[in-house]
Amino acid sequence: MAVGKEIKTKIASVQNTQKITNAMEMVAASKMRKAQDSMAASRPYAENIRNVIGHIALGNLEYRHPYMEEREVKRIGYIVVSTDRGLCGGLNINLFKQVLADAANWQQQGAEVDFAVIGSKATAFFNNMGAKIVAQVSGLGDNPSVTDLVGNVKVMLKAYDDGEIDKLFIVYNKFVNTMTQQPTIDQLLPLPKSDDDEIKHRWDYIYEPDANVLLDQLLVRYIESQVYQGVVENLACEQAARMIAMKAATDNAGELIDDLQLVYNKARQAAITQELGEIVAGAAAVG
Amino acid sequence: MLYTMRLNIVSAEEELFSGYIKSLQITASEGELGIMPGHAPLLAALTPGMARIVKENGKEEVIYISGGMLEVQPNCITVLADVAKRAKDLDEKAALAAKRCAEENIHLHQMDVDYARLAIELSRAIAQLRVIQASKRKR
Repeated sequence: MAVGKEIKTKIASVQNTQKITNAMEMVAASKMRKAQDSMAASRPYAENIRNVIGHIALGNLEYRHPYMEEREVKRIGYIVVSTDRGLCGGLNINLFKQVLADAANWQQQGAEVDFAVIGSKATAFFNNMGAKIVAQVSGLGDNPSVTDLVGNVKVMLKAYDDGEIDKLFIVYNKFVNTMTQQPTIDQLLPLPKSDDDEIKHRWDYIYEPDANVLLDQLLVRYIESQVYQGVVENLACEQAARMIAMKAATDNAGELIDDLQLVYNKARQAAITQELGEIVAGAAAVG
Repeated sequence: MLYTMRLNIVSAEEELFSGYIKSLQITASEGELGIMPGHAPLLAALTPGMARIVKENGKEEVIYISGGMLEVQPNCITVLADVAKRAKDLDEKAALAAKRCAEENIHLHQMDVDYARLAIELSRAIAQLRVIQASKRKR
């Protein structure tokens, strides 16, 4: 039964693959829980600093920071957050498509585009495309820290300070729930204007030590925290997407095994029938 | 007259305190600040030091803050700390060792340029020790 044996080996190999995808699914599920926790842990900081920035935008400050001024757009900066590893479905490619569509939109208006990339998938993708990458960091692991990201952020902020870029966006996957990850493009600079135009009372802060030093520090901190939050959310998305992708792979492997088993059974049955027919024919010839 | 105000202390890693308080004492770059409800809007940089909180029920809590920013609105205070730790999570031995190490380095390498970094390390260690002592006194 040569045919049967071949099919048997194939079934065994698919079963091995299934074991691996099943294990990866479970690893991703447990990592996702951790990533969700760290996302929840860093959220208060991001929310509080956004509140403070909101207050500042409402106040009537003596010192107008350059980060608050809109200017003519000649060059755009994107900070693109991606994963380091693959096997997470369409997570990265959906995000990149969104960025490219948005970038093409700006390019039509005559603006050029710079990228700062986080994660090796984005590095590979934008390198292949021949895009201009001004900063790159990868290998953040499962517990990224703010210090890992500071370099990337600094490059983009310096470019903004020097007038090389006139708008800065962050691109990441927003974690909606386990099944849904939303590719998101948020504007970081200039600070999005608050919709509330009527300022209730005219007030300014008491500054200690100095208005511009403080605002510089606070705004840089704000950008860093937003980028960090983006990275942490993207990490949770990665694990969720991988879990889903591996679950689909495990299910598909199961179906494949069922199909192969059916083919195997049929082949075996055919062989038996044929053998019987031969025996009966032989007996008839003798008799 | 306001009697309490809302305080949020957050660090990049976690939320350390959120609730209503009667007063807050904190180390800013220009010196110690005492803040009562109804304070004028204030924006200040923080240096390594401690935050002493008097809660609604009159109880005190001490938190170590390694630096960051402070925003005060009349009825709401936000502390954005770089690193913050509750007094009970601090390690006295490690803080003492860090202090000794920083002092030695400052004495040994008086010519070196990295004096500023060492001074910051030293002030952090001293601030941690102050927080530990303050929380011990209370107990």
